[in-house]
Amino acid sequence: MRALMKRFIFWPGWILGAVLLLFAGCNTEHAFVKKIAFKDSRSIMIEFAGELDADWAVDPAHYKAYEKRDPDVLLAIDKIMLSPDKKSVTVHFAEEINQKEPHIVGLAPIRSQGQDLGPALLSVKRLYIGELFSILIGAMLINNFVFTKYLGLCVFFGTSKKKNTAVGMGITFTLVMVASAMMSWFLYQFILKPFRLDFLQVVIFIGMVSLAVQAVDTVLRKVNPALFKAFGVYLVLVIANCIILAVPLTLASNEYSAWESLMLALGAGTGFLLALFLMSSARERLELADIPQTYRGLPIAFVTAGLFALAFMGFSGLAIF
Amino acid sequence: MAATKKTNTELVFNGILLENPIFRLALSMCPAVGLTTSIKNGLLLGSAVLFVQIFSSCTIAAIKNYIHPRIRIPTYTLTIATWVTVIDLVLAAYVPGAYKEMGIFVKLIVAFAIITMRLEAFACKNSVSASFWDGIGMGIGFLFGMVSIGFVRELLGAGTILGYDVLGFKPLLFFILPAAGFFCVGIMMAFFNYIEVVFNRRKERKQ
Repeated sequence: MRALMKRFIFWPGWILGAVLLLFAGCNTEHAFVKKIAFKDSRSIMIEFAGELDADWAVDPAHYKAYEKRDPDVLLAIDKIMLSPDKKSVTVHFAEEINQKEPHIVGLAPIRSQGQDLGPALLSVKRLYIGELFSILIGAMLINNFVFTKYLGLCVFFGTSKKKNTAVGMGITFTLVMVASAMMSWFLYQFILKPFRLDFLQVVIFIGMVSLAVQAVDTVLRKVNPALFKAFGVYLVLVIANCIILAVPLTLASNEYSAWESLMLALGAGTGFLLALFLMSSARERLELADIPQTYRGLPIAFVTAGLFALAFMGFSGLAIF
Repeated sequence: MAATKKTNTELVFNGILLENPIFRLALSMCPAVGLTTSIKNGLLLGSAVLFVQIFSSCTIAAIKNYIHPRIRIPTYTLTIATWVTVIDLVLAAYVPGAYKEMGIFVKLIVAFAIITMRLEAFACKNSVSASFWDGIGMGIGFLFGMVSIGFVRELLGAGTILGYDVLGFKPLLFFILPAAGFFCVGIMMAFFNYIEVVFNRRKERKQ
C-alpha cells in the first residue's frame, strides 16, 4: 500500500505542470489588447491597454466575429458599448453565442488617441480548467448517472445493502471506468474515426470494457494483493453495468478531448460512488424500520431511490463558470 | 447439459409471468425507470430487446458446441453487441424521431443483464427452437413490463394512452417527472408482491 501511495504522491506535481502549460497558452495576439473574454451568453468583452477613440470604438463595421470552426459564417453584431474610461468595449451579438466553441474576433486597425495601431485578430475561448471542472461536477452531481440518467441500476440496487460493499464497489468501479474511458477515447479518435468505423462503436467499446476489467484485475493482483482481495469480487459485476458503457458512448458523441474524457470518467465514477454511499447509508437504516410486508426488500429501496432522485433534481440549476 | 423438458407454450409463459424479467427477476431496471414516461417508448425499446434476445439466443444455441467454456462470456457479449448494432442502425434509419428520444438506451441494450443471463442459463444448453421460444417469452415479458409501467405513468401523469386523451385531466402530474420512475416501479413491485401474498393465502385456505 505504501509503495503505491509513494508512486501517487507525484501526481499533483504532474497535474500542476500540465495546468501551467495550459495557462501559458492563453494569450492575446495583439500588444494593445489586454484581455478578451465571454461576458454573458450574447456578448464578448475586450479590454485595451489605453484609451480608444470613441468614434472608432462604437462603429460595428470595425468588428467581425465568427466561430473558429466555420470562418465563413459571420455573427451578427447588435451594438458596441464603450466603457466610461474608454479602455474596454463590449460587443453585443444579435443572437446567443455558443460559448463552448472558440470564437475569433477581428478588429479593423485600432485607433487610439489619433494613432493607428494596426489590425488585430483575437481568439476567445472559455477557460479550459473551468470547462474541465464543470464537466467533472456535471457528471458527478447535475447529471448523476444513477439518479438523473437512471443507469447502472442493477448493480446499484445489488451492492448497496451494506456500506462496506458499496464503497468497495464504487472505488473499483471508478478505477475501471477511468481505464476503459481512456482506452476507448484513444481507439475512437485514432482508429474508429479515421477509418469511418463509427457504427462499430458498441462492439468495440464493450470489448474495451472487458479488456479494461481484465487489465485492472491483473495489475491489481500483482501490485496490491491486499486491495485485490478486498475489491476483486466486484470486478466481474462492473461488466454488467450500463454506466461503464455509457461513458465511452457519451464521450464519443460529444467529441471530448483526452482531458475532458478523463474528467467525465472521474465524475461518473465518483458520482456512482456517492450514490452508492448515500443509498447504502439509507438502506442500513431501513433494515431497522418497520416496513409493510409487501414493500420489504427491493420495492422500498426503489421508493428511497426515488426520493434521492427528487433531491438530485435540485442540482439541475447548478451552473459553474 | 440438461436440455429443458418444457413445451414451447410453457417456455413463453415462463418468461411472461413466472420469471418476468422486470417484476420477478428485477433485472434490466435502467430502461424500466428511465424510459417509461410513455407507452410508445416502452413499446419501441421492448421490441428492440425482443429482437436482440431472440436472435442472440438462436445464434448462441446454434454455435454452442464450438464455444470454449472459458471464453463464453466474451462470446455472448460480442454476439449481443452485433445484434444491438443491427437494431441500432435499423431504428436510426426508420424511426429517427423516437430513436433520438430513446438516446443512449438502444446502444445500452448490450449491457442489459437479462440477455446475457438468458444466454448463460438457457441458450447454451438447449436447442435452437427451444431457445427461440425462450427468447420470445423473455422478450415479451420485458415488453409487457415496460408497457405496463409506461401505461400507469402515462395514464396517471398525462391522462393519455398512446398519445390519445382518455381522461381529459391529469390526475397525478408527478408521475410524468423523470424521478417518479423509481416510485412507480417500486409501487408496482409492491403491488405484484401483494398479489402473490393474497394468492398464496387463498391457496392455503383451500387446502
